[in-house]
Amino acid sequence: MLSYLIFTLTLCAIYGLLALSLNLIWGSAGLVNLGLAGFFAVGAYASALATGAGAPVLIGWGAALVVGAAVGLVVTFATLRLRDDYLAIVTLGFAEVIRLVALNERWLTNGSDGISGIKAPLKAELGTQNFAYFYLGLATLVLVIVWALLRRLDASPYGRALKAIREDQQLASFAGKPVLRFKLQAFALSAAIAALAGALYAHFQSYVSPDHFQPLITIYIFLAVTAGGVGRPSGAVLGAYLVVIFLEATRFVTEWVPGLQPVQLAATREMLIGIALILVLHLKPQGILPERIPKAPVPPTAA
Amino acid sequence: MSQLLQALVNGVMTGTLIAVPAIGFSAIFAVLRYPNFAIAAYATIGAFAAWWANVAMGLPVPAALLVAFAVTGVVGVVAEETSLKRLRNNGALIVAIASIALNLVLENIVRFIFGNEMRGYDLPIARDMRFGDLRIGPQQLQSLLLAVAIMAAMFLFLRYTRFGKAMRAVADNPDLARLKGIDPAKIAIVTLFLGAGLTGVGGVLIGLDTSIDPLTGYRVLLSVFAAAVLGGLGSIPGAVAGALMLGIAEELALLVVPATYRTGVGFVAILLMLTFRPRGLLGERAA
Repeated sequence: MLSYLIFTLTLCAIYGLLALSLNLIWGSAGLVNLGLAGFFAVGAYASALATGAGAPVLIGWGAALVVGAAVGLVVTFATLRLRDDYLAIVTLGFAEVIRLVALNERWLTNGSDGISGIKAPLKAELGTQNFAYFYLGLATLVLVIVWALLRRLDASPYGRALKAIREDQQLASFAGKPVLRFKLQAFALSAAIAALAGALYAHFQSYVSPDHFQPLITIYIFLAVTAGGVGRPSGAVLGAYLVVIFLEATRFVTEWVPGLQPVQLAATREMLIGIALILVLHLKPQGILPERIPKAPVPPTAA
Repeated sequence: MSQLLQALVNGVMTGTLIAVPAIGFSAIFAVLRYPNFAIAAYATIGAFAAWWANVAMGLPVPAALLVAFAVTGVVGVVAEETSLKRLRNNGALIVAIASIALNLVLENIVRFIFGNEMRGYDLPIARDMRFGDLRIGPQQLQSLLLAVAIMAAMFLFLRYTRFGKAMRAVADNPDLARLKGIDPAKIAIVTLFLGAGLTGVGGVLIGLDTSIDPLTGYRVLLSVFAAAVLGGLGSIPGAVAGALMLGIAEELALLVVPATYRTGVGFVAILLMLTFRPRGLLGERAA
């Protein structure tokens, strides 16, 4: 039971990173990214391959960040001029293409068999039980660092400029903000964070395969960010914890319902996720921790 | 050479099959102005409704298509009224995200009832017809003719009926349409019934070719989007043109890349088209 709890909390931290990634690009800059699962996969494979080739784990994570950002830049370049609905469709296609590549390029990714035996840092020294604690701490630490950085970003002039772009791109451009550059940077940073989450996941599971990167993950994260509060890093993290706990809770609930086939249990859980997302959008579209919009400064009155 | 010709013929056939759900998607986009991701589930529901009519009730394929149309149409209207309608004021993006969630719910209802295993329609096994070097399956030909008939009916409906004209008016300019006394709520319901119904029929046509399972619709989702974007989002003739182009592109690509990358072709096609003609082949919303 305890190890299950630790497993769940580690997963929470990884989903928290994904939620922060989506919150940056969607909550702050207003760009929708339905390809989150794709960036998650890119990071996981990048780190798995780098460490598989002999690099230490930290270098693997660095590789995930760099490759994630690079892929993010490519996707943004290809989609910069697109409107919301087009961007949604294209990013969804991107994630699917990444999954296809992972499935088919056996020389690189080992196809549907996936890559196993991914280095678990210090596992031999610590033993399985201690490693679980250690990795929970590590993942949580990474989450806290990224959260703190993004919270600063959110409150900084840079974050305000992103939100200005979200609200009115043309106006922001009139006000002298280099909209294009901001979008590129935000997308690359967001992609890098999602890729880092993927790297953490790969070393946590010691195994990655294309099955781990279903579009369902993207839906979980949208639920997390919507429930927690769009446009506020703390909200995104809170949402991620709630979603993982909700997901795990549905596992227990469906166990109590007698006479269901395993496939029906799985279907019920996914159904509950969908219903939860629709309900949240209806009942609390701002989320539990809504975005804080600072008051416009009062211009000093001439005395 | 004959290989190329065969690819072209196959491309036209897959294209016509994608065209049917693409028309459904485009009609919904033209009137309601959001990309409805739930069409994947609608296609799956149509495929299973027709399977039930065909295999369990023993109806022939054309009758099963009607069942699929009616069932999916009703599901589409009920789903929209209960879970998407109130979100429309919050912008296209929120409705699109909600439609993804809706898709998840509907897809899993199908999985809950029917399980994951693949099912096939009750069809006579027939030998391919040969025209010189070209081979065409009788089943493919029947699907092609059905798809063309459905498209013709849709065009006549849009062109000559009151509802069709009203739909085009709302697609063109909702405010003006309202001023002219057209009730947008009513048009939305008719559009959804038609759009979801056509998508369901498309799911059947695609399933007739191979087999069906709860992910049948999801697998063609990207192709349908690609067709609609290629032709110009919201344009119905565009959806047909885009679907044909995409079908041919997919089949031609099979000559050079592995078959598993088929959906990737749609993705590349979307990117190329948006780079050079951001409003698609026939322009946007010329319903």
